[in-house]
Amino acid sequence: MGIENKLGEVLPEVLTTQLDALVNWARKSSIWPATFGLACCAIEMMAVTDPRHDLARFGAEVFRASPRQADVMIVAGRVSIKMAPVLRRIYDQMPEPKWVISMGVCASAGGVFNNYAIVQGVDKVVPVDVFVPGCPPRPEGLIWAIMKLQEKIEREKVFTAEKEKVA
Amino acid sequence: MLRRPDPLADTLMTVSLGPQHPSTHGVLRLELVLDGETVVKATPDIGYLHTGMEKTMEKEKWQQVVTITCRMDYLNSMGNDLGYCLAVEKLMGVDVPRRAQDLRVLLTELNRLTSHLVWWGTHAMDIGAMTAFFYAFTERERVLDIFECASGARLHQSYFIIGGCRYDVPTNFLPLVADFLKEFPKYLGEAKKLVTGNKIFQRRTKGVGIVSKEDAINWGLSGPTIRGSGVNWDIRKAEPYSGYDTYDFRVPVYDGGDVWSRYLVRMDEMEESWRICNQALERLKEPGPVLSNHPKLELPNRDLMKQHIDVMIHHFLIASEGFTVPIGEVYQSIESARGELGYYIVSNGEERPYRVRVRAPSYVNLSALPAMVEGQLIADVVAVIGSIDIVLGDIDR
Amino acid sequence: MSETLEKTPGVKPLPRYADVSLIRNKFAETVQEIIEAVSEVTIVAKREGLVELMTFLRDEPSLCFDYLSDIGGVDLGEFASPRFAVAYQLYSLEYNHRLRIKVFLEEDDAHLPTMWSIWKASNWLEREVYDMFGVTFDGHPDLRRILMPADYEGYPLRKDFPIKGY
Repeated sequence: MGIENKLGEVLPEVLTTQLDALVNWARKSSIWPATFGLACCAIEMMAVTDPRHDLARFGAEVFRASPRQADVMIVAGRVSIKMAPVLRRIYDQMPEPKWVISMGVCASAGGVFNNYAIVQGVDKVVPVDVFVPGCPPRPEGLIWAIMKLQEKIEREKVFTAEKEKVA
Repeated sequence: MLRRPDPLADTLMTVSLGPQHPSTHGVLRLELVLDGETVVKATPDIGYLHTGMEKTMEKEKWQQVVTITCRMDYLNSMGNDLGYCLAVEKLMGVDVPRRAQDLRVLLTELNRLTSHLVWWGTHAMDIGAMTAFFYAFTERERVLDIFECASGARLHQSYFIIGGCRYDVPTNFLPLVADFLKEFPKYLGEAKKLVTGNKIFQRRTKGVGIVSKEDAINWGLSGPTIRGSGVNWDIRKAEPYSGYDTYDFRVPVYDGGDVWSRYLVRMDEMEESWRICNQALERLKEPGPVLSNHPKLELPNRDLMKQHIDVMIHHFLIASEGFTVPIGEVYQSIESARGELGYYIVSNGEERPYRVRVRAPSYVNLSALPAMVEGQLIADVVAVIGSIDIVLGDIDR
Repeated sequence: MSETLEKTPGVKPLPRYADVSLIRNKFAETVQEIIEAVSEVTIVAKREGLVELMTFLRDEPSLCFDYLSDIGGVDLGEFASPRFAVAYQLYSLEYNHRLRIKVFLEEDDAHLPTMWSIWKASNWLEREVYDMFGVTFDGHPDLRRILMPADYEGYPLRKDFPIKGY
């Protein structure tokens, strides 16, 4: 109610904002993905960090080998029934808050492999925030997903009992 | 009181490496039994990427299978398509036009370059040289642009079909390739300076993971892995396909049998691939058909199709029902970036393959991994895995 | 130690497929048929004496099949008898020729001797045939499922196995 303006006049070096906005800004600017390359999409996931696409512009280039240091899991490739329990375990090991990007059509819906070996959509195993279409998606597609995720993080409420899922 | 076990006691420890591990090149799991830092026993556990491709292929039509083969070994998708197409063409007795063969050779060799570049970047990264990865991927993007120009896709091109290539390349294709080939030797020189001459890299790779010549043959190794053990065998030379016998190239062979020798073989192979590409580029300057005129394979002329009902029916039948392949079985192998890629195809005379069995090079190469790493240090395991250049999509299929 | 060669020495370019008339009489009991089609030679063999046949093929100096390329199973259909075929693709690095050995198996008797003592490459290849078809290999050092999870039921590449699984 105008208090920010008053404060700004008295103390120009102080910025006032909502705590939610501040925390979300910090979170969205440094999304650390877990290296979870499964198949072909993993190669495009690696390509997204290369000098041409340069994911560092979005603060998400620090691929962590340990899920305990990661914020987002990029499920890059087809998930087999043998891999699904491992996937879930790695997701459980990631600290909150955490997000999941399902990269490519195999991870999102099974793709061309509608058969006995492949889980038909990784959202049966872990909750997914962003689906990326393509087989495999271009690196630009993954960058788009990261930007979508950033938009989503911006709208989240930090101080609610449970992380509010925004559609 | 609980007593802690003595950490220096003479006990074995079991460590599970993977399936989620940055240095196993995918979802390979290794069960390592360690005595201190020495590997006593290594048991690979694969199947975390099993996709049921061989089963899926039985449900697809002959021409549609190409979309699945290229998703198998995703770093060498052109080569995978080529092997399958050659096998079916052999069964059908189809001759592929000259220009299509040259295009196939050019694109397969370019794909071998991208595959080796990814291997080079990740292999160096596993050992600790991070920068190589960025150099490799920058250069690789240029080749992917070429693929995109020819087929519209970066990784899964599905550009080769039974009987030739899907369509001719656009006019800006040849200048794009020429530009890339002109600058590649300079890049390769830089790459060799960056990693090959590196003392640390050499220390990490020389004398590690040795396979003798006899063992390499008996274990069924193939590709650069067997050529690093002093066996001079390259299917492009031994059983030439797509006109490889008319190209002038050498087969690099080193007889050390260790990680370092396999590294050198692949680095030299990039140079040879570059030479083949240059020769293929010269031949492609002459126009010509890119698809065989076999009645089962060539789609009818579109103008004729609009005038004659029988031509239209013919088109409709090829496009919707596919075509049949004579009853029989065939085994066709090619030299993929990883070794002998073989297709054993059984046809019962229908529109779909009865059985497609894929002899994946990485699969057989990986089966020899325990013999390579047992007795070595645990830090050398990732170096050895990198040196046999496995692709899990190829192994698990 | 670079040994870069212009051409592969000691390799005869033709014929690509081996002359196997030698074994027709020597293994009259095991060899049922020798087929030549699409310029490939296939020997249809029986299970009895298979190991001896393979050992001979590897050790005979004029054949010298020192390299096992592949072992592939084929299911001929759930009502067929014999039901399975297992095809061994052999290659000779020395003579540059190929050969395919095919063995037919009944469903209730689907087992084969292992080739582990002849070619170590057979280790995983046999495990895959077991995993996908349920054909067992007697004497195999480590016959477990390889691609499917250890507790998986059913053999995926059998024709009566639905593509989407059970």
